[in-house]
Amino acid sequence: MSVLARLLRQPFAVAGLALVLGFVALALAAPFLPLLDPNATEPANRLAAPGAAGHLLGTDQLGRDILARLIFGLRVSLAVGVAATLAAALVGGIIGLVAAFYGRWVDGALMRLVDVLMAFPYLLLALAVVAALGPGLTNAALAIAIVNVPFFARAVRGQALGIVRRDYVAAARLAGFSDLRILVSEVLPNVAPLLIVTAATTIGWMILETAGLSFLGLGAQPPQADLGSMLGDGRKVVAAAPHVAAAPGVVVFVLVVGLNLLGDGLRDALDPRMKGAETGVPQPATRVERGRAASGTLGHEASGALANSVLDVRALSTAFATPRGSFPAIRDVSFALRAGEALGIVGESGSGKSVTALSLARLAPTPPGTIVSGEVRIGGDDVLDLSLDALRRLRGDRIAYVFQDPLTTLNPLMRIDAQIVEAIRPGPGEGAKALRARARALMADVGLPDPGRIARAYPHELSGGQRQRVGVAMALANAPDVLIADEPTTALDATTQGRILELFARIRRERGAALIFVSHDVGVVAHLCDRIAVMYAGEIVEEGPARAVAERPLHPYAARLIACAPQLGQPDKPLAPIPGAPPAIDARPDGCAFAPRCDHAIDACRAGPIPLEDAGDDRRVRCIRWRELLGEAA
Amino acid sequence: MRSYALRRLALAVPVLFGVTVVVFLVIALVPGDPALAILGSYATPESVARLNAELGLDRSLPVRYLAWVGNALTGDLGRSYALDRPVLDEVLERLGPTLILAAAALGLSALFGLAAGVASAVRQNGWVDRAIGLALLLGVSTPSFFLGLLLVLWLSVGLGWFPTGGMGALFGGGGIADLLRHLVLPAVTLAVVATAILGRLTRAAMLDVLRQDFVRTARAKGVEEDWVISVHALKSALVAVVPVIGLQAGYVLGGAVYVETVFQWPGVGRMLVEAIGRRDILLVQGGVLAVAALYVAINVVTDLAQAALDPRIEV
Amino acid sequence: MRLPGDSPPPHAEEPSAGRGLEARNASSPLLEARAVTRSFGGGGGWFGAARPALVAVDRVSFALRPGETLGIVGESGSGKSTLARMLVGLLQPSAGAVALDGETLDLGRSGDRRRLQRRVQMVFQDPASAMNPRKTVGASVEAPMIGLKGWDAARRKARVAELFTRVGLAPGHAGRHPHEFSGGQLQRIGVARALAAEPAIVVLDEPVSALDVSVQAQVLALLRELRDGSGLSLVFVSHDLAVVEALCDRVMVMRRGRVVEEGACRTVLAAPREEYTCELVDAARRLAA
Repeated sequence: MSVLARLLRQPFAVAGLALVLGFVALALAAPFLPLLDPNATEPANRLAAPGAAGHLLGTDQLGRDILARLIFGLRVSLAVGVAATLAAALVGGIIGLVAAFYGRWVDGALMRLVDVLMAFPYLLLALAVVAALGPGLTNAALAIAIVNVPFFARAVRGQALGIVRRDYVAAARLAGFSDLRILVSEVLPNVAPLLIVTAATTIGWMILETAGLSFLGLGAQPPQADLGSMLGDGRKVVAAAPHVAAAPGVVVFVLVVGLNLLGDGLRDALDPRMKGAETGVPQPATRVERGRAASGTLGHEASGALANSVLDVRALSTAFATPRGSFPAIRDVSFALRAGEALGIVGESGSGKSVTALSLARLAPTPPGTIVSGEVRIGGDDVLDLSLDALRRLRGDRIAYVFQDPLTTLNPLMRIDAQIVEAIRPGPGEGAKALRARARALMADVGLPDPGRIARAYPHELSGGQRQRVGVAMALANAPDVLIADEPTTALDATTQGRILELFARIRRERGAALIFVSHDVGVVAHLCDRIAVMYAGEIVEEGPARAVAERPLHPYAARLIACAPQLGQPDKPLAPIPGAPPAIDARPDGCAFAPRCDHAIDACRAGPIPLEDAGDDRRVRCIRWRELLGEAA
Repeated sequence: MRSYALRRLALAVPVLFGVTVVVFLVIALVPGDPALAILGSYATPESVARLNAELGLDRSLPVRYLAWVGNALTGDLGRSYALDRPVLDEVLERLGPTLILAAAALGLSALFGLAAGVASAVRQNGWVDRAIGLALLLGVSTPSFFLGLLLVLWLSVGLGWFPTGGMGALFGGGGIADLLRHLVLPAVTLAVVATAILGRLTRAAMLDVLRQDFVRTARAKGVEEDWVISVHALKSALVAVVPVIGLQAGYVLGGAVYVETVFQWPGVGRMLVEAIGRRDILLVQGGVLAVAALYVAINVVTDLAQAALDPRIEV
Repeated sequence: MRLPGDSPPPHAEEPSAGRGLEARNASSPLLEARAVTRSFGGGGGWFGAARPALVAVDRVSFALRPGETLGIVGESGSGKSTLARMLVGLLQPSAGAVALDGETLDLGRSGDRRRLQRRVQMVFQDPASAMNPRKTVGASVEAPMIGLKGWDAARRKARVAELFTRVGLAPGHAGRHPHEFSGGQLQRIGVARALAAEPAIVVLDEPVSALDVSVQAQVLALLRELRDGSGLSLVFVSHDLAVVEALCDRVMVMRRGRVVEEGACRTVLAAPREEYTCELVDAARRLAA
């Protein structure tokens, strides 16, 4: 069971589990333990101190043995807490499921009911219920359960709403399943983990609150005693004999700590975001650990040192941490860019094209990423050597980015002009007014209509195309040497996409900045760029002039990729699919990564790393058979 | 914004209606003869009959409800027989101290909760994060009634730094300084759990925001990291946290019941516990209704604050 | 509208009767949309202005013949997915109707929805969201056989194995869970599920948009096989003109809920008549250059 394994990997959760199991064992075994009668009074031996003869934890004001009362009280508290949690989970779970599944007025009515229950400050509703029903442990537990129903209902509804909209629920409807069957077989199993987590993180709270009511004298009534009522009794003699109150107080506290540790651990173990790799938030810059001495010499010479390059990338490798260890997401990536040149990086998902683009300004997320080797030279400086502050000054100034989805890449709470102004490096003596004027000029420059209105707008008030123009305006703010666009048109409609591509083409003409354009679409890149680099499984497998690569690819993968893309105007194109799938990051072969899917692979392809070889005509290819295959094709 | 405010207020109306129904039902739920329960077992038959007529127990539930709400709207919440004074007077007198206590606790918890959550998230998985995380977990696991007892025992009885209980008069007597001396321990006790809850939520909200694309955009623009955290990330996290502060008010108003009992703070919470002990059900009803209405109002305010922060909440 | 006393159509009882019906009158439409309209939201507005309803699909009509492949293209917000969901009865039209074998259905009634779903099934866009993560993929493929056919376990198992082979997967994979498959494999399993209850029509809602090019080609190859080999009618919803052209006989271009242009696929895409279609085709051609 992987959930249990994940739970046991967390030391805090294990501690919690041990505490809870210990308490539960004590509670279950209470009748069989050699304890004194918890209700036997011994007036002669009142308020005995801990350690007194026969009373390990002393006695209370009636001379009853505290240890025995503690263990039996624990039994009551645990039982009541578990019962209240189960009741609240059951009722709240059903309300949440039904509300989410049926929607419309059912949802409206149930949620208004929940709103009303939540309109009472937590404990007050419980007090009102106890006031009506009268004090007593059952009533107190009932009150606490009622008070918690809304939490379960809301949590379950929230989760179930997402699930009900999933296509597999639609598929179950199309399969002719009844509502009940869909609820039980499709929705419930996917809500269950959340229900368990909510119960696990709430039970401690419920035990606390029930104990609280008992403490106030509204829960357990004598002779029945739970930890709360013992604490309440102890309070009356707290100055004279603090241990009478301290013992149940400490037990409640430790029990609830254990339950919460376990609940948190369970939540982390069941949280889908915890599955897979490390889940830390990205740090300000990608970690650089170039331990191994300049290992990347494979394609290094072939790239040649361009005298007038604005960007020179050499043997760059970025590794990603996974649960099975650290594996390179990109390997030995080398290329150089002259001023005004445009390089298109093409590849399928997982090919490493975005990691390459992000690694250049150390924006690849750490965790899980670490740059393990290589150099990224911009104007002579190695970006990977810069201090955080120097890197920050470089970003947005010499090297700037345009990202994929313009809705998520703009801050939803900030006005457009504020976000553009933020990107501008003010010149000496340049005030806020001048900066805003520059922002307007930039907006006009990228073809945003009515800059005055859009400047005051928020991102959600703009169309997708307008948002992406804002993204471009921010990137152009300081006339960068290198502009990196990471799938900037993928999230847009075709007609909008065309207009944004025109914008990029114009920027190239007018600005003379070097451009790196990342895309999954060979057509788009060939249209816009001078050169193309095709990536597969973290490596550049072919690089060269755009037209040449698009029309006469040398690498078998590049050839198959272009051959299997449908093209408008060629409805009968065969579209021969590439069999299989790209290797997972942790399962990449030593030799050519494409060999398992390649028709031309021979043993030598699998023997070891393949260098990126110079193929003449300013082209490079990572294939040992390219000459033969070129001969066959001719 | 104005139309949103109006709609949010309009949403509070059905909720308030529901609240009055629930509070009203408390009486209807009382097993046996409510009048007898309210007056106690030594009541004379005449007084029981009079109260029954007053409560209108011979009429149907909806009619009784309407009469009750009508009275409540004019400020007539009935009479506390045990205290022999109108419920409204007693509730209003007790509401002030509870508000002082709750506001102090809420202020403390907002301050420390936000700070702890942000500090923890920014250093995720570092030792600061782990230490804060453990402290917050201990915080949410603390029984405030026990903590209060410990603080009294240690700081008041033991060291004599603070009074053991009571509130001190706001006007006359010791003045503000005296009030504060009385306020410290109950406010801290009440704030501990609230701080822990808010801190955990703030951390989660910050982590969520720090993963978002626009944070990467800000860094790609070369924005200073402090600015990224405080302006881009924290403001977005606040959109999620502000409504939670409203819910915290609910926790604090509820938790005040324990703290007021432990510290003999003369607020609504202690009044309710005493009233339940005396079976003074009309007083319980009035107190719960007043606090719930207050809480609904607080949530309207925090929702409006959220709307002010988030331009997407509009239309 | 079907009257209470009407006898059920023949295919409701006999699964195999559908084919015979097609053969009898091959030219009559199998599935029709008759001025189908669907609006969302609207009304309300106690305080502030009342919001107008969003008309996602606006009086759309078409007829699908046996064996035909119809492409529906449009950009986001064109209403093409809403239309697709109405064709399988997942959404009810606000006005207009869906007709099957010339008979108007009332999609508010579960009996009519069931009739429709016996003949029309769907493949969804996102393969990851289309499979219940907590069920084996075999169980997902079996579902329509249980809900619509009531077959016994042995027959279902045999059919699942047959379907897995047909979509190019090992029958043994049926016992695995969705997370063990790639997107392309899951999408092929989605096709298998759509075929499970032997429908006459399959509606595919952007079935290759979430897939990489090389994987997309695998699914397209499978769809071409289905089109050519099985006499199935397909409704193929996509924003990608090149993909539609590679697969469809007829195309319908939608914009803001309305049909802009309709006709033989190759003719419309080679020589569009409407301005909007021209714009779409130009944009797509420029990228392909």
